[in-house]
Amino acid sequence: MARIAGIDLPRNKQIGISLTYIFGVGNTRAAEICEKAEIDTTTRTDLLGEGEVVRLREIIEREYQVEGDLRREVSQNVKLLMDIGCYRGLRHRRGLPVRGQRTHTNARTRKGPKRTVAGKKKTPTKK
Amino acid sequence: MARSLKKGPFVDPSLQKKISATVASGSKQVIKTWSRRSMITPESVGITFHVHNGKLFMPVYVTENMVGHRLGEFAPTRKFTGHSSDKKVKR
Repeated sequence: MARIAGIDLPRNKQIGISLTYIFGVGNTRAAEICEKAEIDTTTRTDLLGEGEVVRLREIIEREYQVEGDLRREVSQNVKLLMDIGCYRGLRHRRGLPVRGQRTHTNARTRKGPKRTVAGKKKTPTKK
Repeated sequence: MARSLKKGPFVDPSLQKKISATVASGSKQVIKTWSRRSMITPESVGITFHVHNGKLFMPVYVTENMVGHRLGEFAPTRKFTGHSSDKKVKR
């Protein structure tokens, strides 16, 4: 089993896809990594040799920030924004969209599941 | 799209003049400004600005972490006081 950066890669997928299961590795980086390790992106993960897995692991550890470290950096950046009291930080604090999206409707990813307000009319009818 | 590095950070010339004067004299005088679009430069660390939010001047004390942000980011233009709770359903 290929285990890289503390994550078990799915064994029956192509390595180019498997690598994207690591936080911080998407399609672009997966392709880059495979190229550096001289591995074809279409090989199945469980068909990789032990040496190849080691090479992948080394490249990722040396050149990329993934998983825990990356998560920590992201949350530190958010915390910094909140600490200095800038607009983006305030939006983070309130759990609202940060990049100027509308909040009249939608924005459910940031706001979470709908909370129904008592007394609010279902359909605003115009007279 | 990010601003070209060639141009350097944008600071309104009028504000830049005031910042330079304050830094040179080392006074603790607050700077009143409408220039929300001006970037905070390293030299303005430690200065207190009064940044206009469209209505009032919001005091902004500049710290090291704020460098690279713009003055307007620290003076919110909207005030949300919450939804009124006592609204009854009308028939």
